[in-house]
Amino acid sequence: MSKMFKKFEFFLFLVIVALIVFFAFSTENFFTWENLLDLLISYSFLGIMAAGMLVVLISGGIDLSFTAIATVAQYIMAITIIDYSGNLFSAFLVAGIIGIVLGGTNAFLIYYLKAPAMIITIATLNLFYGFTIFITRGKWIYNFPDWFNQSHNVFSFTAADGTYYGIPLPVILLVLVFILTYIILNYTMLGRKIFAMGGNIEAARRAGFNILGLTIFVYSYIGFLSGIGSVGQVLILHSVQPNAIVGRELEVIAATVLGGASLAGGAGSVLGTAMGVALLAIVWNGLIIMGVSSYWHKLIIGLIIICSVGINAYNRKRKA
Amino acid sequence: MNEEILTMHNISKNYGGVHALKSVDFSIKKGEVHCLVGENGSGKSTLIKIISGVVRPEKGAEIIINHQRENYLTPIKSIQKGIQVIYQDLSVFPNLTVGENIFVNYYTKGGIQWVDWKNIKNVARETIKKVKVNLDFNETVGLLSIADRQLVAICRAIATNAQLIIMDEPTSSLARHEIDALFSVIQQLRSAGITVLFVSHKLDEVMEISERVTVLRDGSKVGLFKRTEIDDKKLSYLMTGKEFVQKKLSEKVENRKALLEVKNLSKKNEYKDINFKLHQGEILGIAGMIGSGRTELAFSLFGMNPPNYGQILLEGKQVHFKSNESAIEAGIGYVPEDRIEQGLIMEQTIKNNTTVTIFEKLLNHLKMIDQKKQQSTVQHWINTLSIRTSSIENPVKTLSGGNQQKIVLSKWLATNPKILILDSPTVGVDIAAKNSLYQIMRELSQRNIGIILISDEVPEILYNCHYILLMRKGRIVETFQPEEVTEKELNDKIIGDGQDE
Repeated sequence: MSKMFKKFEFFLFLVIVALIVFFAFSTENFFTWENLLDLLISYSFLGIMAAGMLVVLISGGIDLSFTAIATVAQYIMAITIIDYSGNLFSAFLVAGIIGIVLGGTNAFLIYYLKAPAMIITIATLNLFYGFTIFITRGKWIYNFPDWFNQSHNVFSFTAADGTYYGIPLPVILLVLVFILTYIILNYTMLGRKIFAMGGNIEAARRAGFNILGLTIFVYSYIGFLSGIGSVGQVLILHSVQPNAIVGRELEVIAATVLGGASLAGGAGSVLGTAMGVALLAIVWNGLIIMGVSSYWHKLIIGLIIICSVGINAYNRKRKA
Repeated sequence: MNEEILTMHNISKNYGGVHALKSVDFSIKKGEVHCLVGENGSGKSTLIKIISGVVRPEKGAEIIINHQRENYLTPIKSIQKGIQVIYQDLSVFPNLTVGENIFVNYYTKGGIQWVDWKNIKNVARETIKKVKVNLDFNETVGLLSIADRQLVAICRAIATNAQLIIMDEPTSSLARHEIDALFSVIQQLRSAGITVLFVSHKLDEVMEISERVTVLRDGSKVGLFKRTEIDDKKLSYLMTGKEFVQKKLSEKVENRKALLEVKNLSKKNEYKDINFKLHQGEILGIAGMIGSGRTELAFSLFGMNPPNYGQILLEGKQVHFKSNESAIEAGIGYVPEDRIEQGLIMEQTIKNNTTVTIFEKLLNHLKMIDQKKQQSTVQHWINTLSIRTSSIENPVKTLSGGNQQKIVLSKWLATNPKILILDSPTVGVDIAAKNSLYQIMRELSQRNIGIILISDEVPEILYNCHYILLMRKGRIVETFQPEEVTEKELNDKIIGDGQDE
């Protein structure tokens, strides 16, 4: 672990610190408690999905349909709690189950059709999303029950001086997801098998690993995280919109790859992914605060990804 | 010591109408190093697959492992019985550490299981100690040499208490000193009471390591022999049913026209001060181990690795190849060391692979590939080199190693080259196909094509070259005529008294 830290993740850490210092000195509003907390809240959903993407990439796969899964989960969750009421737990439960079912569908298709995961998930992205739009006619949903809209913060209290404190639920969710993913990847045989499968799938098969089972797990996991993450997203926005999430697939993949995950499979870490998301969030936010035209944002993000992938490839080549 | 760990009776296997194995009896004694030899298609791999439980034998088979009778094995059962196969591609996980690779077979238990990193380290450390090899269990396997990866695969087999380790062509990508290291590990396993089944078609290695040898040919067992009963020549006859007479080339070629002349060619950290001449119709041998700079030099002659210093003269005129495109245009062909990665497009048809170098010459007036012309060109080479295939539309991967190599050769011959560079052309090719490749080389030499043959196989160099350059550590250290040395002397010279290490 310390060896890894010396390499890529440490470099990423330095870049993040440098960026924070840069934006802190060049703008007034960046390095404020409010802004940083806002940043954390608004990027929590991206971070949750990135954790799922990390697991998929490590296994040697890829998923482009998880944004559609999140959208489907949001709609069904919203309709359920509006029509049948329920509580926060049931909201997460419905969204999580939808995510697992749709992710599992991806896994079965990828395993049995033996087609590239990218092609299958592009197809299911369109399938899931198209179906949702057809059924809902693209309607926005606002009329959530009060108990739902008030669940944004947990552990909230008002201090003696009248200041309101609270930890936003999406942030707690993000932290829990990162911890869970870290434990699965590093301390369970399941996680190590996912790494092994991403490193050499034929060897994994010969070692007697259940490849179908592992495939189902990784795609259901990103489906599950997209599902529960999407509930967090609704808690922030207080609405369900058909086009709020779909289209952000590449942002998630970018953050994960930025954090050192390999598209070839077998490599990546939760810490790296967290920093990848942080770096993307900081650059985006900093540029907005500095007043840089939004046309430049994507260009700059693109350059950062190229640099990061380049440095990663260079490191690997030097070690080999 | 005479107890049998594995006894097999009446093992047959049919694929469609083809009899891959015909009522073979096979047995291995506990603690011995047993070799299984045979040409490609002799049934070696089918037999291994039956032992490892991947393939089920036909009815009537009997397999006895440690006194227990089975009709067939499944992969799980085979592993439980203490049988571990080390495949040719090693099946290691390049992204995981040495320790985890050694431990990985323990991951197969179901349910939610926690990983105990301390336990992984302990198991890895103990196994490494047991096999007496030098490996760092924290190192990532992807950064290791092929030889070290093989040791990792062996340790993994040992970690699960394997009783019988099957090694499938374990030496195919190892340098000589690595083979020696592997052999001492095998001896180490033997003294620990572990049985080793060594599958190979390299006769010298079989003679060196085995105690007993089972020979297969065309799916039938030819016999079981003690090492002391046989020698290289007899073994080669048993495997192929044919006798191959090897005669050194004795024509003198110095007075012919020089095709290629290399003067003081150097490339930093790769090779230094290389001087030689290649004449018309000459087969020039470059003898050297992997890592001697032989392949780097070949790449330079083929325009893919520009040298820092020195001259390359082609028919007396100095050339500076900027890429292999210009080298091909100048009439040079290169058969690479690794035909699977560099020589062929495995998924593509025989037809396309054979003509890939000459697509431009096959264009009709519409600038489309002339199908008839392509067909007839491919057919011509298939006949000339007697390549065995049912259809030229089959993917190249369906061919045996020897026939694949002939495809690589024919795609270069199609360009009508003046010079052919053959880099270890017979690796993974069986004896009969090897001899037919040697025959082709001699015929090409008759047609005045100059050939550079790079190899570390002693008989290959000795019996097929007019002149031999000995390369070690990036330099040509000695040159001689084949009649000046014996096999033994050349072998010692190539290994260089361990100076390579």
